[in-house]
Amino acid sequence: MRESEADPILISALQHAMFCERQYALIHLEQIWEENRFTAEGRVLHERVHTEHKESRRLFRQEYDMSARSPKLGLVGKCDLVEIWLDPKTKQPVRVNPVEFKRGRKKANDVDRVQLCAQALCLEETFNLPIDAGEFYYLQERRRVGANIDDSLRARTIALIDKIRAINISRKTPIAIYDKKKCDRCSLIDFCMPKYAAKSVNRYMRYQTAKTLES
Amino acid sequence: MRKLLNTLYVSSQGAYLRKEGETVVVEVGGEKKLQLPIHTISSIVCFGNVMCSPFLMGFCAERSVAISFLSERGAFLASARGAVSGNVLLRREHYRKADDADSSLSIAINIVKAKLSNSLAVIHRAIRDHGAKINVNLLKDAANKIKRLIKTLSDAKDLDEVRGYEGEGSYEYFAVFDQLILEQKEDFVFNGRNRRPPLDNVNATLSFAYVILSHDLRSALESVGLDPQVGFLHRDRSGRHSLALDMMEEFRSVIADRLVLSLINRRQIAKKEFAKSASGAVTISDSGRKTILTEYQNRKQEEIFHPYIDEKVKIGQLFFIQANLLARHIRGDIDGYPPFFWR
Ligand code: SF4
Repeated sequence: MRESEADPILISALQHAMFCERQYALIHLEQIWEENRFTAEGRVLHERVHTEHKESRRLFRQEYDMSARSPKLGLVGKCDLVEIWLDPKTKQPVRVNPVEFKRGRKKANDVDRVQLCAQALCLEETFNLPIDAGEFYYLQERRRVGANIDDSLRARTIALIDKIRAINISRKTPIAIYDKKKCDRCSLIDFCMPKYAAKSVNRYMRYQTAKTLES
Repeated sequence: MRKLLNTLYVSSQGAYLRKEGETVVVEVGGEKKLQLPIHTISSIVCFGNVMCSPFLMGFCAERSVAISFLSERGAFLASARGAVSGNVLLRREHYRKADDADSSLSIAINIVKAKLSNSLAVIHRAIRDHGAKINVNLLKDAANKIKRLIKTLSDAKDLDEVRGYEGEGSYEYFAVFDQLILEQKEDFVFNGRNRRPPLDNVNATLSFAYVILSHDLRSALESVGLDPQVGFLHRDRSGRHSLALDMMEEFRSVIADRLVLSLINRRQIAKKEFAKSASGAVTISDSGRKTILTEYQNRKQEEIFHPYIDEKVKIGQLFFIQANLLARHIRGDIDGYPPFFWR
């Protein structure tokens, strides 16, 4: 078995690695998980997706919450929605479109696009079709926005997957680098302790011992 | 900093705990006495004949709320917890470090240094605050002996040596502990540590305070994914929480001993709360235990300066912080274990 198959990367983990590689390692290698508002909201959204109806016409199918995987990239995950168009004659898929649900009104950011691209990479392998676009569906506004899956997005997504695989193989959590903008809104800050990662304990012990002895 | 959650202590005999929606309900004699949302509790400690419904146990396991069962006196009986946290990598490193003589030695030295330094601080505080009422020379003498031990500790060659210094230091500290009792001296006479069973009122209170402290440390260690049974300073013995005992060393004097001293010195606890059995063992009454638990909970809300973190934190958060710092050291983030020094 290849390493990529033995240790598949979750598509949903890409967002963590993109935010911070240490956060990825804390969650996925060390399995530290602080429940926060976002994960709770994520669950609610998920429950709703399941109750949506499935639309199916003769030459058009919608698959909700579809499993996606790429043995080649060692990637597994879920797509909120996959739309499939069939050829009138052969009844084989001719076009496949991943749709990612977004709960807020906020425009899709890079993290969202990388996630969508990872889904597309999986679907390309599954259906053996090129996928050059996907969509974001804004649940609150009931509005759809198209997203190109271009070469630069693909390159960035694959580079991120490679980076994650390297972390998985090394089994080492990258050292923390305190970044106020990022760390102060990270739900793992209390476990991560980014401010102290580089603080010398030997020096601390020498200082504290000296202080005690002169007390 | 992380929210400080409460420990729910249940000492009413015959109490029944059950789950109701997202809450924990405490019933006594079929009557609802208390109802708390689960997300406000970090752990539950049951003393004596207290029952929990299996659904509550499952619910607590799912939310990583540890439940401990202790005897009425506070002896550990059993605990219920869910699947151990998934951090296999951390636990493997933990075991490797515990098997490695050098790593264990450096962690143990740091812990004992902080322990002795903190008991020294308790002595110094007493000299500063009550110098007129106590035998200062006796205390200073003990302080100097402890300082010498701290100095030699840095050169300890093995764990036995560290344990030796730790034992000597504790002995010196407890030899003058009686001096720190300023009120009710006739009812609270202290002639050195004894336990299992404690033979006087002071020892009974100390033992009880250590029990609740060790429970908090055990939950903190579990919450960061460490195995509380595998220690560095204390040797493994099945059923014993050696790592929780290790981590307790730096807190005993500043948290438990100071708590006991202030309960006695402020007359919050009195002779009438203690009973001596025919065998000489001293037990604490229900209301006495309640007083200790309440005061302990209050202490946890107090703020204290942490010299490594370089911030003021609540006393109750210290356990999680130290457990997490140990985990970070074991995983290789920091070059040693930084214990807590009380300043
Ligand atoms: S606190 Fe900062 S360094 Fe640590 S995981 Fe979060 S973002 Fe990364």
